Amino acid sequence: MRDVRLIVTTCVLGLVIACSGSSMGGELLVSAAASLTDAFAEVESAFEVQNPEVDVVLNLGSSSALREQILEGAPSDVFASANTSNMDQVAEAGELSGEAEIFVTNSLQIAVPTGNPADVTGLEDFAREELLIGLCTEDVPCGDFGRQALDNAGVTPSIDTNEPDVRALLTKIEAGELDAGITYVTDVLSTSGIVEGIEIPAEVNVVAEYPIATLAGAPNPDAAAAWVDFVLSDAGRAILISYGFTSP
Amino acid sequence: MTADRLVGRRTRRPPTLLIILGAIGLAVFVVPFAGLLARVPWSDLPALLAGDVVTDALRLSLVTSLAATLIAVVVGIPLAWIMARLEFPGRSLVRGFVTLPLVVPPVVGGAALLFALGRRGLVGEPLNQATGLLLPFSTWGVVVANTFVAMPFLVITVEGALRNLDERYEGAAASLGAGRWTVLRRVTLPMIGPSLVAGLVLTWARAFGEFGATITFAGNLQGRTQTLPLAVFVAMESDRDTAVALSLVMVVVSLAVLIALRERWWKAL
Repeated sequence: MRDVRLIVTTCVLGLVIACSGSSMGGELLVSAAASLTDAFAEVESAFEVQNPEVDVVLNLGSSSALREQILEGAPSDVFASANTSNMDQVAEAGELSGEAEIFVTNSLQIAVPTGNPADVTGLEDFAREELLIGLCTEDVPCGDFGRQALDNAGVTPSIDTNEPDVRALLTKIEAGELDAGITYVTDVLSTSGIVEGIEIPAEVNVVAEYPIATLAGAPNPDAAAAWVDFVLSDAGRAILISYGFTSP
Repeated sequence: MTADRLVGRRTRRPPTLLIILGAIGLAVFVVPFAGLLARVPWSDLPALLAGDVVTDALRLSLVTSLAATLIAVVVGIPLAWIMARLEFPGRSLVRGFVTLPLVVPPVVGGAALLFALGRRGLVGEPLNQATGLLLPFSTWGVVVANTFVAMPFLVITVEGALRNLDERYEGAAASLGAGRWTVLRRVTLPMIGPSLVAGLVLTWARAFGEFGATITFAGNLQGRTQTLPLAVFVAMESDRDTAVALSLVMVVVSLAVLIALRERWWKAL
């Protein structure tokens, strides 16, 4: 028993020495928009295969909530936002260590529960008062873009709830508690059929640009730069595209 | 008893370490609110507080938290009585269920409510088909979420008080000819009074501050389901000054009620 323990201890010690010897390691905190949840989870796995000493931690939330966290000084290495305005505000506050770069774009779709029980066919249905309609709050990107699309279509929506982020909205559509909402194409795809998507015509649709950047206060700047490079690489892009994002 | 009290009074100085640790304990509560106060935009405050987001949210929070407290009185006190006075199999299971909302994250509670009482929920679907009633995204949904999260405080406090109450007082009153209602009104309620008030205050305060279950179950719409905590959460991401002003309202209202009640009725605790 003692021998086993000794062997284990030696091995662990060896690992620790090996780790500290390499140039990159430790924890990498990536603050990413909620709509990147699934895609970034796969990017994380691929990144960690390439960089086994780095432990990526995804901090997911609405881009505006993440912006507030960063501006309030919560430690984070990378910021990936679902719109440019939140990134711009972080940049203006001098919190970026480099230039932000657009890594993907995403467009909007109407999301309805399986079987489309309320027979929603387009944005015009968002004005029907008898339906339960949800949007994101207007201060988060999906809510802002959704309202822009409705505005473009000349529709005044009869809203029943303003959800704090796109995942919360999607959950209520999945549960069948809402008849329709506006989410990203990628969100509808992520539910693998539980939520159905209805196209929004290109002339009223809004294209969301996702910028990514390393942060000035990054506790782990080397790993942060490597993460951004990986996301912008062909391998990273391929993963993102498989989740419904498009290349800018 | 008397001797203990005398010894206690004669201790000249409390131990320094105790004071230091206690002060740290107090700081845990005070420092965050000091941070909040430091951010209050005092000059813009009247304009911010007059905004319809603030007034709608305050009104909704007061109405729904009081409604939840009322429901807790109507169904929670009988439940407390059953738990304290009746012997039945599965009583510890019942006690477990009553305590559950205190332990599970409110968001989980809200999701559970949605799956149970939502339009496609276990109870919600037949309820909706029979009556047309739809709880999610309605003010009643907020009341239900508040009740779910806050009622345990009343049930647990009242149950504890009832169990500590010597049943012989009630027995004596009954044997002297008092009817059930008179016993309840003249003996039981006065004796558990302080605990009852404490339970009510805690229940109201918890309901007033409810966030997670509400936003998950009832959604977020100004004037219908957006209570003060939800309004703070939404404003936090867009309009910091309004968020701080809303937070200030919450803190002031809660603190005023807690202090006022403590001064009047809650001294016994």
